[in-house]
Amino acid sequence: MWFDILPSFWEGAKITLELTLFSAILALFLAFIAGFGRLSKFRAVRILATTYVEIFRGTSLFVQLFWIYFALPLFGIMLPKFAAGVLALALNAGAYGSEIVRSTIISVPKGQTEAAIALNMTPWQRTRLVILPQAFVMMLPAFGNLIIELLKGTALVSLVTLSDLTFVATVLNSSIMRPTEIFSVLLIIYFVISLPFTRGIRWIEHRLSAGRY
Amino acid sequence: MWNWEYTIKILPEILAALKITISATFVAFLVALVVGLMLTLARRSHFRPLSLTAHGFVEFVRSTPLLVQLYFIFYVLPEYGLSLSPFIAGVIGLGLHYSTYLSEVYRGGIESIPPGQWEAAKALNFSPLDTWRKIILPQSIPPVIPVMGNYLITMFKETPILSAITLVEIMQTAKMLGSHSFRYLEAFTIVGVLFLVLSYSSSLMVRRLEVRLNLR
Repeated sequence: MWFDILPSFWEGAKITLELTLFSAILALFLAFIAGFGRLSKFRAVRILATTYVEIFRGTSLFVQLFWIYFALPLFGIMLPKFAAGVLALALNAGAYGSEIVRSTIISVPKGQTEAAIALNMTPWQRTRLVILPQAFVMMLPAFGNLIIELLKGTALVSLVTLSDLTFVATVLNSSIMRPTEIFSVLLIIYFVISLPFTRGIRWIEHRLSAGRY
Repeated sequence: MWNWEYTIKILPEILAALKITISATFVAFLVALVVGLMLTLARRSHFRPLSLTAHGFVEFVRSTPLLVQLYFIFYVLPEYGLSLSPFIAGVIGLGLHYSTYLSEVYRGGIESIPPGQWEAAKALNFSPLDTWRKIILPQSIPPVIPVMGNYLITMFKETPILSAITLVEIMQTAKMLGSHSFRYLEAFTIVGVLFLVLSYSSSLMVRRLEVRLNLR
């Protein structure tokens, strides 16, 4: 039985990993744009960024995915399954990520900004050379957690029949009816994929707390 | 494109299903609160096998998708003679998943108790049970109530996943309405707006609660 099952799980795992990777990259962009947008001095930009964040945090990924896949075509926008999946995952994670960006940037002590101004740095230099490097390190553990949430979120695309790991498992289950083996293996695969991230986060957190009280 | 007549026609049906969504949220939250506390206490146990098991459970559940956990409960348990209704399977799945998050919340609250409180309890000859019941928990839970409120909102938003194991809550109702009429736009938009309005307004309430707790 395992000889038949494992290759199809491998095909599903590739889709799951691709989804996670592409949506993580897109989400990172969105997180920075929206995170900085919420700190902008222009009111219009702040309102736009806040609206985006509140809409995507106020509903769940499930609803967003179904809306993008089933409701958008009525506006003439028909996305292929994979693109709809990446878009929904990225928009959702981007909204959560923007909170990480915003909160770490405002947590950089005020003296750093003042020192940069005193040293006659331009606003761009100030952000790039002083604020971001300090904020970025603080963002890492939170972004690690977000990637795990993203990975877990990819399972939902199986409900719009994109053939990721979970979809492969449900199809296999309906043909060979061995739920115990299939779903146990499925859970273990997800756990194994997430392991490097959980370990990585712990390592970074450990490094960050070294030398602090 | 957008049909108001149709919207008004389907709105009552979706609103009626909100009852199931909300009761599933609260029952699952109750499961999460109870199991979460048990997990926290188990993780602090000096009996290694217990604390390791609890730790492993939390790690495993937190890094695997809720959807797959629901499938596991709904499709695997019947193999062993335990058939659950979609509602029961759903609240157990959702509750167990978030119990692992809530156990972190409890832990945060407990770890913020100054060591002097433990020492005082010991000096006053409190039994371990009384120490927890009368000293530690009454002080560690109130400060984390807003965080718990946020998890309640998160769980509310996640209930549409229960439609995957055929629970007829608002998302499933919207899907069925959509497949009858081949119009998904109105039904899914109503669901989205409902979630947005309810979760955003409750998150504002949590924020107010947070401010009030901080003032004290």
